[in-house]
Amino acid sequence: MPRVPVIRVGNVLIASVQEDVNDREATDLQDELLQLLERTGAMGVILDVSLLQLIDSFLGRMLREIAVGARLLGAQTVVVGIQPAVAVTLVELGLELTGVRTALDSEKGLRLLHRLMTHTRAGNWSGNERSRKD
Amino acid sequence: MNARERIELIVPIEGESGIVNARSQARTIARDLGFGMVDQSRIATAVSELTRNIVRYASGGRGEVIIREIAGPADQPGVEIIVSDEGPGIADIANAMRDGVSSSTGLGLGLPGTRRLMDEMKVESGAGQGTIITIRKWRRRSANQLTLHD
Repeated sequence: MPRVPVIRVGNVLIASVQEDVNDREATDLQDELLQLLERTGAMGVILDVSLLQLIDSFLGRMLREIAVGARLLGAQTVVVGIQPAVAVTLVELGLELTGVRTALDSEKGLRLLHRLMTHTRAGNWSGNERSRKD
Repeated sequence: MNARERIELIVPIEGESGIVNARSQARTIARDLGFGMVDQSRIATAVSELTRNIVRYASGGRGEVIIREIAGPADQPGVEIIVSDEGPGIADIANAMRDGVSSSTGLGLGLPGTRRLMDEMKVESGAGQGTIITIRKWRRRSANQLTLHD
């Protein structure tokens, strides 16, 4: 059984990364998500990491590679729910997830994703949900 | 004053499941010793980085992690973690501690990143000699709590 459930809502895939995911499961998630994007033609991915109490350099690299891979398949990715303690640790580790879009929670992430998907079609990218005061 | 024995735990590392096991044990002990959420995350992440080196590089992916409670000169509480393996060792430690030096993650964050997460770090190694890495974190006396005033 996959440790990372992926559900599809409209043209968005939502993956909830489970607590204590190991390296193999993270790599499997990458493969599975990219295959699902190809099969479903989904345009967006939400990676929910709110259950993760730890993101080390391996998992951080996975999140970034998923986002890059998804972009190559024409989809946008937003990582949502990074815990504050995890954010501090990531910065100190030197892993700033540059180029990966983030949002505080799934709801904000979905809003950002829909905006990105709209703008991508118009050939225009916009910024980060967290920096917006709305 | 000898109210209780100090906590000490030895976790054998054998393959990938050892990474998850060692880091969750380290987090539990850090929490039991009164470390806050952010320090728990720093400590668990440091253990994750170091044990992954064992699984990737050491012979048979085997090694050992010792997690123990320590006390500083002023009796401040802390945690010491010793990660050891009998793998190929590190020929040039200074170079391995530099940011950007490639590791199996392709990011080179392992050792320098771990150093930033902890208060102290000591690397003992040499080509063909295995590796012993000791890291320490001291618990701060009082955690500052930010208060929001609406």
